[in-house]
Amino acid sequence: MTDRRAWVEHIMGMPISLHLRGPGVRDDPGTAAAATGVFAVLREADQLFSTYRLDSVIWAIRRGEPVDHPLVREVLALCREARDRTDGWFDPELPGGFDPSGLVKGWAVERAAATLHALGDVDHCLNAGGDIALHVASPSRPAWRVGIEDPRDRHALLGVRTVRTGAVATSGTAARGPHIVDPHRGLPAEGLLSVTVSGPSLLWADVYATAAFAHGPGAETWLRRRAPEYEITVVA
Amino acid sequence: MTRIAVAFAATVSVIVLLFSYRTSTHPSALGATGPTTRLPAGSAVPISPTTPSDPSSATPSGSPSATTGAGANGTYDGSAADTPYGPVQVRITLSGGRITAAQTVQVPNESRRDVEINNAAVPELVQETLQAQTAQIDTVSGATYTSEGYIQSLQSAIDAAHR
Repeated sequence: MTDRRAWVEHIMGMPISLHLRGPGVRDDPGTAAAATGVFAVLREADQLFSTYRLDSVIWAIRRGEPVDHPLVREVLALCREARDRTDGWFDPELPGGFDPSGLVKGWAVERAAATLHALGDVDHCLNAGGDIALHVASPSRPAWRVGIEDPRDRHALLGVRTVRTGAVATSGTAARGPHIVDPHRGLPAEGLLSVTVSGPSLLWADVYATAAFAHGPGAETWLRRRAPEYEITVVA
Repeated sequence: MTRIAVAFAATVSVIVLLFSYRTSTHPSALGATGPTTRLPAGSAVPISPTTPSDPSSATPSGSPSATTGAGANGTYDGSAADTPYGPVQVRITLSGGRITAAQTVQVPNESRRDVEINNAAVPELVQETLQAQTAQIDTVSGATYTSEGYIQSLQSAIDAAHR
């Protein structure tokens, strides 16, 4: 039976679960150190980009202060790209001020998960409050099985997606109420209950899930045309 | 669950139309994800198996079958997590690599409100843990959990089984 070990920490106001799978992961100190490193990358992103910390760059940007940081430049460029790729359905310029949260989470989790490739023969599953980066390092081990939650009954599953290497992201209002803004109307999007997107990159799966949720009915057709390499499941 | 899983696998995408919408209780939550309550760092500490105790809790449900990536057989206690309602601790029994039983060993019971919450949440946690094993789920994708919501989530039960 393959060794597997899980760690959970609460960062960015949400539970983050890391599962590693492979020979010796339960005892290897290098594995434990890599897990610690994953959470450190996420804490760094939280400190930089939190909309809740007045000392974050988000608030500096909102105050109009100059910000010069390589990670901030990277995120700002990705925000512009995301707005273009989604026909404006993802937009960090919200009524409450500049807010790249919808992109930062996927970006940070993907970045943190990427550090785990250095472990070699170790699979990972990094789940940040429902948005997941996955990797299977050996063809001898099975794909990860991802349960998709039913937004109408959070204790039930709509089904299962099997993923070897890639990402699954869900946007919905079941946990935190309506918080995804339709950027074209400036109002909370309420046309759908949840959108799940899977594909190669968590950053883009997360952006597309948020954009599709804001788009509302018709989001499936829209995303298939915009990003055919991503699979979408909509609950309305 | 098997029927649903099979149908899901065969379908590129699914549209579920509902005739009734559930009204959210948080109409003013316009902010994006952010800190709510932080749980103790101790929740990241690996758990060692305790000696199997309380035989009544270890009654297998269904027929256990081998699955990959599971821990050793035995009874495991999660670390107690502080919730707004008080400490919650979960015990899970692994047999043949599958969760065969789940129960809470510590729940808040000081006020009437707590009792109401527990009466609803605890059986759900046990049920969903067993259900997840039926579907052999490694992880769960859904709307972003709050740290409070996580305590009663399927994901927390899966995490506890592999700490």
